Amino acid sequence: MMKKIKNMSDTNMLLTITIVVFFVMYFAAIAFLGEGFLKPQTFLSILNANAALIITSCGMSIVMITGGIDISVGGVVALVSMCSAVYLDQKGGNVGGAILISLAIGLAFGIIQGYLVAYLDIQPFIVSLAGMFFARGMTTIVNNKPFNVANEAFVKLKDTRVIVPGLGSYNRLGKYIDAYVEIGVVVALLIVVLLFILLRWGKLGRHFYAVGGNQQSALMLGINVRRTKFLSHVLCSLLAGIGGFVYFLHVGSGSPSHAMGMEMNAIASSIIGGTMLTGGVGNIIGTLFGVLSLSTIQNIVSSAGFDEAWWTGITIAAMLCLFLVIQSVVMARKKKALAK
Amino acid sequence: MGNTKKKEAGFLSKIVRQQLFIPIAALLILAVFNLIADPSFFKITMGASSTGDPVLSGYLITILDYGSELAILAIGMTLVTAASGGQDISVGAAIAIAGSVILRVLCGTNSRPEELQTSVFVAFIAACLVAMLFGAFNGILVAHFKIQPMVATLILYTAGRSIAAWINNNELPIISEPTFGYYGGFIPGIPIPTPFFIAVICVVITALVLKFTNLGLYTQAVGINEKSSRLNGLNPVFIKFLSFVILGLCVAVVGLIKVSRFSTINYSVIAKDIEMDAILAVALGGNALSGGKFNMAASILGAYVIQFLTTTLYKFDVQSDALPAYKAVVVIILVVLSAPSVRAKLSQVGKKLHAKEVA
Repeated sequence: MMKKIKNMSDTNMLLTITIVVFFVMYFAAIAFLGEGFLKPQTFLSILNANAALIITSCGMSIVMITGGIDISVGGVVALVSMCSAVYLDQKGGNVGGAILISLAIGLAFGIIQGYLVAYLDIQPFIVSLAGMFFARGMTTIVNNKPFNVANEAFVKLKDTRVIVPGLGSYNRLGKYIDAYVEIGVVVALLIVVLLFILLRWGKLGRHFYAVGGNQQSALMLGINVRRTKFLSHVLCSLLAGIGGFVYFLHVGSGSPSHAMGMEMNAIASSIIGGTMLTGGVGNIIGTLFGVLSLSTIQNIVSSAGFDEAWWTGITIAAMLCLFLVIQSVVMARKKKALAK
Repeated sequence: MGNTKKKEAGFLSKIVRQQLFIPIAALLILAVFNLIADPSFFKITMGASSTGDPVLSGYLITILDYGSELAILAIGMTLVTAASGGQDISVGAAIAIAGSVILRVLCGTNSRPEELQTSVFVAFIAACLVAMLFGAFNGILVAHFKIQPMVATLILYTAGRSIAAWINNNELPIISEPTFGYYGGFIPGIPIPTPFFIAVICVVITALVLKFTNLGLYTQAVGINEKSSRLNGLNPVFIKFLSFVILGLCVAVVGLIKVSRFSTINYSVIAKDIEMDAILAVALGGNALSGGKFNMAASILGAYVIQFLTTTLYKFDVQSDALPAYKAVVVIILVVLSAPSVRAKLSQVGKKLHAKEVA
């Protein structure tokens, strides 16, 4: 058994840790917090609330696998939802146009940041820090007050429920209630599947791993390192744009304070999901479970009576810290074992 | 004729190569811009403070006042940048914690105290200890666990303001004692804002430390090449750790100034986005953000220039929430100009121009 663990690749080992942690936490929630967590709808609600986070975290994972980081995603999500909201509500636009705007904003951020990181060799953190402040500032410039969107077509899309057959439950009066997910979840799961295929079997996906693992040897293998890095940032910001629209679809309003700290949640989810900060290691399925673990523990914390707002921040930070240290220690031990 | 031109070019390039050139040039550009747009920017008048004492007021005094906070932070940030090759983005949150600790110690359990529980000095020492503790936390993550500085400090960046609120049970203590306001305002009889004097003290101490100890040398050695500095008998882990603890000390000083300004605290707003300004100050000072050699004087000057920029933007009615967008553009321009590949290209263009002139 031990030998098997030792022979596991880094990606698979960290993925296993994540999935185990998620199930332990979910069962702990069922055991300590009662029946609520047994209902399928509770789980689906977690998905509904976090569809946008799943999408942005996937983008974050791709950048981190390639060895970079992007902390502008939260700002991009806020900017996208604000622009879409203004376009739909005050400019009388249609939903299709709003989606196009979202994609365009994401793409623009991706191309500029990717160019600065890949072709001018500027540290990704500095670039995306500037990107984050730029996006947040622009959000206030576009509109500085929160407001709800009343566009009919949009509200109809927002309230569309996709019913999951066979998972409904009976309420106290014995009436059957369907279990449902929102459209955002469908989009998120579709993206997870597509990215999983890309990273597993796609040429570009393998290039991401190669560049993140060792830039020098990737270059020797004839991989275009700069282009790969560039594309990873473009993909990440594009996903942030999509995530922004899904977020907007979930909350239905524009506000400068939307998605505050989302970049942190995305990084935390990726790290909990087994993506290494040093690059070359990671898995999209792990990221999905990372998001689920993060929101499960948030649910546990808030239903265990620590419902003041500050506990959420502290919990996420503590979890991130724990996983960072675990990764650091696990990798150091593995290196030692390999050296023997 | 050609000879003098060559000499002039040599002299010019010598000036341009000076590290202080960048912040001074930026300062001159801003000053000229303000002079053209509205010369009243430079007017300094004698006003009266809330207690009726005569104090100086004007945009320049505001720059001196708020720039001093930034200068103190820039000292610590420069050391962290030089030693670890990364930046601490949790300083804003850490300032909230330090300020919260000061109020907590001063007020005890009562959030509206008639008189202070202890002296301000004791509270300040407590804040120093707590801030250094959090600095040490960041330091351990970076130095010992070898996590990238910006990611490691992201933890405190998220949790910091929550911790600050938690320290005071989410209450907002208000201190009515007027002497507490001296640190961030004016001492009666002295028309220059106190933060400037605090900054001067910090700068003098830093200068003495850098002059009489090997801290500067060791920090640069670790930043330039960690491995070879270890082979030369330095302890890179400790030097990196130390730089974060020193930054913690700077954070505590700024925390005192910040809470003293309003005699209260707002956890989500206090020192918001200050990490951006501190990093900008270091970058504007011409220090490489990837670590190594540093120039403390340039960073401190950079801090005042950044405040000059902020005040100019405020003067042109830019909303405080929209400020980051403009500063982000400045950051991007700065880092693009200092990127190695761009520099190589620029110097190539310069050489071509020069060759044409000579021909």
